[in-house]
Amino acid sequence: MTAMQIFFLIVGLVILGSALTVVTTRNLIHAALWLIVTLFGVAVLFAILNASFLAVVQVVVYIGAIAILFIFAVMLTHKEMRDRGPQLNNAWWLNAIIALLTFGGLFWMLESWNGFSKTAADFPSNFDAVGQLGNALISPDAFVLPFEVASVLLLAALVGAVYIAFNPHSGDSRK
Amino acid sequence: MNFWSDPVNFIAHWLTSLFVGWGIAGWLASLIIQLIGVVVLISLMMLLDIFLVWVERKVVARFQDRLGPNRVGPFGIIQPFADIIKLLIKEDITPDGADKVVYNLAPILSLMSVLLLWAIIPLAPVIFGVDLNVGALYIIAAGSIGTLSIIMAAWSSNNKYALIGAFRQVAVLVSFEIPMIATMLIPTILAGSMGMNEIVQGQQTVWYVVLAPLAALIFMIAAIAELGRSPFDLNEAESEIVAGFHIEYTGMKFGLFYAGELLHAFTFGGFWAILFLGGYRFFGLENLGPLVAAVILLAKAMFGYWVIMWIRYTVMRIRIDHMLAFNWKFLTPVAFVLLMLTALMNTLLRGTQSGIYILGMFLTNVVLGWIIVEILRGYSRSERERTEGGAPAAATTHH
Repeated sequence: MTAMQIFFLIVGLVILGSALTVVTTRNLIHAALWLIVTLFGVAVLFAILNASFLAVVQVVVYIGAIAILFIFAVMLTHKEMRDRGPQLNNAWWLNAIIALLTFGGLFWMLESWNGFSKTAADFPSNFDAVGQLGNALISPDAFVLPFEVASVLLLAALVGAVYIAFNPHSGDSRK
Repeated sequence: MNFWSDPVNFIAHWLTSLFVGWGIAGWLASLIIQLIGVVVLISLMMLLDIFLVWVERKVVARFQDRLGPNRVGPFGIIQPFADIIKLLIKEDITPDGADKVVYNLAPILSLMSVLLLWAIIPLAPVIFGVDLNVGALYIIAAGSIGTLSIIMAAWSSNNKYALIGAFRQVAVLVSFEIPMIATMLIPTILAGSMGMNEIVQGQQTVWYVVLAPLAALIFMIAAIAELGRSPFDLNEAESEIVAGFHIEYTGMKFGLFYAGELLHAFTFGGFWAILFLGGYRFFGLENLGPLVAAVILLAKAMFGYWVIMWIRYTVMRIRIDHMLAFNWKFLTPVAFVLLMLTALMNTLLRGTQSGIYILGMFLTNVVLGWIIVEILRGYSRSERERTEGGAPAAATTHH
């Protein structure tokens, strides 16, 4: 077992453990903080895979924006930070079986794939992953259409949010 | 390879041969050396941080026409050590109802988010922690961990003032990040890379402050907001919310926030120098050796830190709605227009002579700045007419 594999296992355990704590802890803010640990673990996985751009974007977008938004939503809407209801419902055993079957199925599928036990080849020494990604995002042969569609979608969401928040009958907002 | 031309790698090689001679495996030896490097860098930064406390107190004293610390040691330079002893022997209080783990974790994360930034700062062409090819984004990522530490501190203190401070701080950070990213993209466009070392290499002929003076200005404003320093220090506005997010912290835990704030300001002075003021370059002086280059960068970072202090102690705090309006209605559009214009002009002028290129880029900034000032003048004139019923400005001086 190489040092990288040991590192990967530690990171994987941290991700799974913190993800489990997110759903089992009764304190909502603690759940959000554990979620940040999970997201950070995923960023570390990206970094292990030499995807530095995705690792940094994971931290910027998920921790810097989404997790902080979660914390704010929780702090502004809940007076009581502790959740007192039952944590499991009657169908928990059914869900556990489905989850296990899904995991088993995925594992079986991946194991029958011939790339499962191979080690990835190293990048060539001056491989510019960020440049390649940037070119792929704006190249017509690759992902320019999904990229632009996503931008238009986000712009529409932005305009929609402004429209909902904007009240034309309030008059001049400058006091 | 000798010590003078590449000191870090020289010591690393020497240590590797020493460790391997002791019978330690190669990968373990390199791991130990990496850890030693991290510890040495952090220790140097913390030592510098102690010195910064003295610098800050001495400079603010000058701005306020006082003497500052002057009793302990020559020019009061030993004063910070007395401060540290005072902070260490203070009572360590955890308030009732505080969330103990989160409460104690927050100051550590706050200082950590600043120290993380030093991993990518190139002190010299060969002295840097890591040359990330996404350096500019990394700055924002480390900043978001700083934001997180402020929320954690505020929420776990179980204090209303602390929470108000955190709400304000996050509103400021989330909004000022946008002009900051946009202006950091301008050196990225000019250098063709997000890596800090390559951005410094790209300033061989001319510093980017000449090619993009407006971007340097906007970056500085956004950096001061990101630091939460006056005029954007609403998160700890003493006159309204006592001390904001660190109101409940005592002794060395407060000390960590304070040290983090000072080092953060110095670090952004360093980034300002790297992105716009040529980094470790100073008219060929950096060719003398990496250690000279490191001294140049630290001196430029100190200059940036001085500019931040200069603004902090001369400009008054502004209201939160003014601050957010200033960001969203002025700074963000200007930063985006500037980004598009720079990208366009850079592509158009790239093939021309370097003299024309430099002049073209500079004039683009001047023309854009002039247009902005004209628009602002027209806006303020129409605003004045609206509020004062169309009377000319000179006739309304009686009230």
